[in-house]
Amino acid sequence: MNRLTRLMFAAAAVALSAGAAAAQTTVKWLHIEVNPQQVKIWEEVARAFEAKNPGVKVEMQFLENEAYKAKAPTLLQSKDRPHIIYSWAGGVLQSQVEAGVIEDITEPMKGYVDTLTPAAVDAFKVNGRNYGIPIAMSQVGFMYNKELMAKAGVDPSKIKTWDDFLGAVKTIKAAGITPIIAGGADKWPLHFYWTMLAVRVGGKAGIEQAMKGENGGFESDVYVKSGELYKQLVDLQPFQNGFLGAKNPQAVGAFGDGKGAMILAISSFYHTQKALAADKVGLTDDKVGWFEFPQVPGGKGDANDTLGGITGWLVTKGSPKEAVEFLKFFVSKDVQSRLAAGNYIIPVSKGAEEGIVSPFMKNIAANLAKSKYHQNFYDQALGPNVGRVINDASAEIAGGSMTPKQAAKAVNDAWKQGN
Amino acid sequence: MVATALRSRRTDGQLPALLLFLPPALLLFTIFVVMPVGEAAWYSLFNWNGFGRPTNWIGLRNYFSVFETRAFGLALRNNGLIIVVSLLVQLPLALTLAIMLAEKFRGSVFLRMLFFMPYVLAEIATGLIFSFVYDGDYGLLAAIYRAFGAEAPHLLASADTSMAAVLVVVVWKYFGFHMMLFIAALQGMDRNLIEAARIDGATRVQQLRFVVIPLLYPTIRLSVFFAVVGSLQLFDLVMPLTRGGPADSSQTMVSFLYTHGVMRMRVGYGSAIGVILFVICVTVAFTYKRWFMRDE
Repeated sequence: MNRLTRLMFAAAAVALSAGAAAAQTTVKWLHIEVNPQQVKIWEEVARAFEAKNPGVKVEMQFLENEAYKAKAPTLLQSKDRPHIIYSWAGGVLQSQVEAGVIEDITEPMKGYVDTLTPAAVDAFKVNGRNYGIPIAMSQVGFMYNKELMAKAGVDPSKIKTWDDFLGAVKTIKAAGITPIIAGGADKWPLHFYWTMLAVRVGGKAGIEQAMKGENGGFESDVYVKSGELYKQLVDLQPFQNGFLGAKNPQAVGAFGDGKGAMILAISSFYHTQKALAADKVGLTDDKVGWFEFPQVPGGKGDANDTLGGITGWLVTKGSPKEAVEFLKFFVSKDVQSRLAAGNYIIPVSKGAEEGIVSPFMKNIAANLAKSKYHQNFYDQALGPNVGRVINDASAEIAGGSMTPKQAAKAVNDAWKQGN
Repeated sequence: MVATALRSRRTDGQLPALLLFLPPALLLFTIFVVMPVGEAAWYSLFNWNGFGRPTNWIGLRNYFSVFETRAFGLALRNNGLIIVVSLLVQLPLALTLAIMLAEKFRGSVFLRMLFFMPYVLAEIATGLIFSFVYDGDYGLLAAIYRAFGAEAPHLLASADTSMAAVLVVVVWKYFGFHMMLFIAALQGMDRNLIEAARIDGATRVQQLRFVVIPLLYPTIRLSVFFAVVGSLQLFDLVMPLTRGGPADSSQTMVSFLYTHGVMRMRVGYGSAIGVILFVICVTVAFTYKRWFMRDE
């Protein structure tokens, strides 16, 4: 056999094997997770699924958070769209469903959704149909540095009301310690103050009425009052120097470095503060504590109401049925328990929270279980445009360039205009 | 009629070349320039988030709401500021350095390279580097302040100083480029003219004032043109530094388009900003070309 024939045989073999590979089903899975340990577990989940389902290949694709948000509309309308995509539910999900690019998975998920936390499942419903599967929940509250609080002589367990909280901030500041760290350049860490206060002041009815445009919509007393309470805090100058120029990872890292006493955090910051601290150790479990966002006397919200994220996966229109199968596998108790055991997430699969080891995350899971009204992050729930306006306005109140009234008006104007 | 036109002097003998070479260029230009611009103009008349087809026709309302947005005014002001600073600080600085470094002396090539270096650096990298320099806790600036026993300000975190901080970086980054333009022009200059002036008894200052700088006018006009166009395009330097904040204080037209249009998925609104920017650019370019660069 001369060299040319051998070469031709080789080429034919390659062509044949390529043909065989194309006959497989590939599930393209787009995620935005940056934590390598979590991605590693997902990777293993994908491989385990492939082992159980011969002929199916799960291909993971990554996009950075902001890049993903900006690219999503074009990406979803292309023929080469990924089959499984990341979602924060809320207004963005709504507009994606209206555009007809998301698969209705009510039928294939029937019965299956009962194994998941109802509040989380409901977040992915549009017009009563299931369009996605929740994977994790989080809660917003105050994380604190035990050593610094003790040094300032503040007992966090005694902070129950907003006035208690303001008092604590004054005490900490008087002790020469930075009371609060905030990543103001990213803006959304600041919107937690305003919107969490709105959860306390207005309760579930508050936002529902605002969305219907009743009582002046987002210019209602609920939002103006919340803004004013937030302004009371801002006026104490509680944040670190230059907080409006600090991005969230910097701020969380600074908290991990012990540069400030408190941070209004998403429960997942429990991990990120360790990863982002200068020494990569951050605050160990014995040094970091959590207290619930203070109550507002006279507020309509229930004391157990929570604000936080609900994230999940969506299946895009025209995806192979294996995509849904993979999601079922993904939210199964085994897989969720593994993720919970790593303390990465508060799982949405019932019973999987038993896998949580750390007392910190156990407490969050208990809070979420108690909560009757879990408000999705405002900047997600209200859609990309109004969400950004809320974030901007929150940062402007903090910077003193907008009054709470003006901020509420800006949000309401954006809401009336729509996304 | 057509035949006359074809036989006219202009195309005489060039017709085959025109027919051969014009269509591909015209096609590319149409597909990649004219159509996207037209499409943006069309989208700007809708309230549209990028999903599906635009259906919600709102006429010119996007334009009105752009003009009402405070950030638009700030962006416009900042673009103006960049032009002013380019003209009043960057250009004289570049010109002075160019006159000094156009001469051959030991180290002149090294200095030229050194000053040109920032221009070679990627914009994003420059922005990141300076965001560290400006950091009020760990940055170089903080270290300098501390050496004098003072508390460093967080320049990028205050609406009053953020744009000034960006402007410093703009000058730092681009003066080397303008300096190189001037050096090239100076080296291409007819030495005999300067020689003649010197023999006539002109002092060094007089030589510069009456011979060198007038001979540099074409280059100065070009440099100003680059500064103006660069100002209208400024984006990738601003994003890593401030993202246009705090409170939109350091927005440029393009970063305004990005943060208020793209990031909010307001395709119609963003397109309206794009169209306004396009009109500004075209007006500036044509006016400038007509008034100041007639001879080139």
